[in-house]
Amino acid sequence: MENKFLFDSDHLSEAVLKKKHLLETDPSCRKNHMEYLPGMEQIQSGICDQVISEMKSYDYSQYTAKDVMVALDHEICSLEDFKALLSPAAEPFLEQLARKARLETSRHFGNTVYLFTPLYIANYCENYCVYCGFNCYNHIRRMKLSMEQIEHEMKIIADSGMEEILILTGESRTQSDVAYIGEACKLARRFFRMVGLEIYPVNTDEYRYLHQCGADYVTVFQETYDADKYETIHLYGHKRVWPYRFDAQERALRGGMRGVGFSALLGLSDFRTDALASALHVYYLQRKYPHAEMSLSCPRLRPIINNEKINPMDVGEKQLCQVICAYRIFLPFVGITVSSRESEAFRNGIVKIAATKVSAGVSTGIGDHESKYRGKESDGTQGDEQFEINDSRSFQKMYEHISKEGLQPVLNDYLYV
Amino acid sequence: MQSNDKLIIGGQEFSSRFILGSGKYSLSLIEAAVKDAGAQIITLAVRRANTKEQENILDYIPKGVTLLPNTSGARDAGEAVRIARLARELGCGNFVKIEIMRDSKYLLPDNQETIKATEILANEGFVVLPYMYPDLNTARDLVNAGAAAIMPLASPIGSNKGLATRDFIQILIDEIDLPVIIDAGIGRPSQACEAMEMGAAAIMANTALATAGNLPLMASAFRQAIEAGRKAYLSGLGRVLVRGAAASDPLTGFLHN
Repeated sequence: MENKFLFDSDHLSEAVLKKKHLLETDPSCRKNHMEYLPGMEQIQSGICDQVISEMKSYDYSQYTAKDVMVALDHEICSLEDFKALLSPAAEPFLEQLARKARLETSRHFGNTVYLFTPLYIANYCENYCVYCGFNCYNHIRRMKLSMEQIEHEMKIIADSGMEEILILTGESRTQSDVAYIGEACKLARRFFRMVGLEIYPVNTDEYRYLHQCGADYVTVFQETYDADKYETIHLYGHKRVWPYRFDAQERALRGGMRGVGFSALLGLSDFRTDALASALHVYYLQRKYPHAEMSLSCPRLRPIINNEKINPMDVGEKQLCQVICAYRIFLPFVGITVSSRESEAFRNGIVKIAATKVSAGVSTGIGDHESKYRGKESDGTQGDEQFEINDSRSFQKMYEHISKEGLQPVLNDYLYV
Repeated sequence: MQSNDKLIIGGQEFSSRFILGSGKYSLSLIEAAVKDAGAQIITLAVRRANTKEQENILDYIPKGVTLLPNTSGARDAGEAVRIARLARELGCGNFVKIEIMRDSKYLLPDNQETIKATEILANEGFVVLPYMYPDLNTARDLVNAGAAAIMPLASPIGSNKGLATRDFIQILIDEIDLPVIIDAGIGRPSQACEAMEMGAAAIMANTALATAGNLPLMASAFRQAIEAGRKAYLSGLGRVLVRGAAASDPLTGFLHN
């Protein structure tokens, strides 16, 4: 199954191919993924140990239908209850999970659904993550937007009515350094009420700087919480350092960010243990930083440019729904984001149960909002996408659809103070 | 109801004692709150009103209704003060409900920071209604800081659990000379009625209405419950309920001189 990720581009030289194949086949050629690289800040935090020890002792096969029924009956969902709700034994109870999840969602969020859109400003990447379209060995059109281009893109998005933006880059410190991202944040503050970041993990002082530039929310996907598995798919680059990535949210909060987002990329490893670890990462960090706002995303693997074979493995829509419901019941106060990786039908259904935030008018490519939003013919100078999206609804369409479902689309619930 | 029984906050008179909270809002909720529950005060989250959105919440608020902007999202006194000033700039008037939370899970108010913000904003001419955890010392400090009313929570926000803090709220009602408005946690009309019987000045609710099956019907149920509770309070409920009632033969009849 693993080899579905690996493919060789015709554009790579023999020397490069040789290095790539060594990384893929000979673990001794790879750097120790648990060792920090120079310049990476190490913070003292017990959160990782707590999450990993719970994750390692989680044997979901031991939970029974009875455990699930008991969990569904409890007013407050304990950690044990959550483990039962995530287990295969809970699959036949999906409807009951959804009903309980919907009740919790309505208590904490009413009928509101928040809308946002991502803006990729660069797709250069220095890492070899085998499942990602931006990986350094994938032959794609690379691009980094200039400030003028970023402003142009932002204006087009803002004109559509959107008030929250998520700025993304590929993980390249040399091509998209912190100063460049900071300038993009300053621009974004002029056009949007809320500016979020999904970039490579940085140190506390750098998060503080980006906060001063106008960003207030940082999302970092851990991809998988199974460090051994992580090592086998993140073969090269600074992203390979697993513990530095794990502590990114905590550094962001210490740097003054209002909120942080978390996720595993479901399908990379055992999705039930990854879901458990993602939720516990939120749970323990919330106890340490009770003022912080937290959210969970629930992405599944998607096909990428040059590799159509990549798929979400054993995480079907039913399993994804189970995970999201269990998240909601265990962490009723947490925002849950469902991205355009999922289909229109799935997203329409899940916002009625548990999701509180959806993206709209999405492009995962670089510099293509004018062609996508205004139908202007592409001039071929855009950068390629990170992955294929599934739900391509525009902002206006999404707004209408949510309203029609009896829900209330919300564009802003935030003040930068 | 006595026609002169008015709720007075910051020198302004209100005949209704139901206030719509801001947590979950929709046009139909505001309509039901005003028409069926009789609300004359509607809370507004500044962080959501501050929008470019086509459908701005401010456009939903009917004329004649007093806006009560809140400072939700503030994590300390400084942030609350800035949000309150922004609300005034946005044209929301002089009323402000202070909400300061350092907890994203339960959204419990931070009493200390609330006292600080109350003092600053009262000095700037705001009519300040602080949301607070029911504590007598805090309440007295809020009075001294210039609050126009106090708003203790009945139970965790959104929980619909009713008067979990009943005994502490009763102490505030007995000891504080400002209107005591019950905020957060009121899930049923019967709970609103009970709080009014205790002597609460008004009830703020949102989730209880927002999550009801029939909004207008629930709104009118709240109106009636609040009016019933108020009447019971004014009628001298305490005496009616004294156990044993009045003895026909006085227990102290044996005493002479």
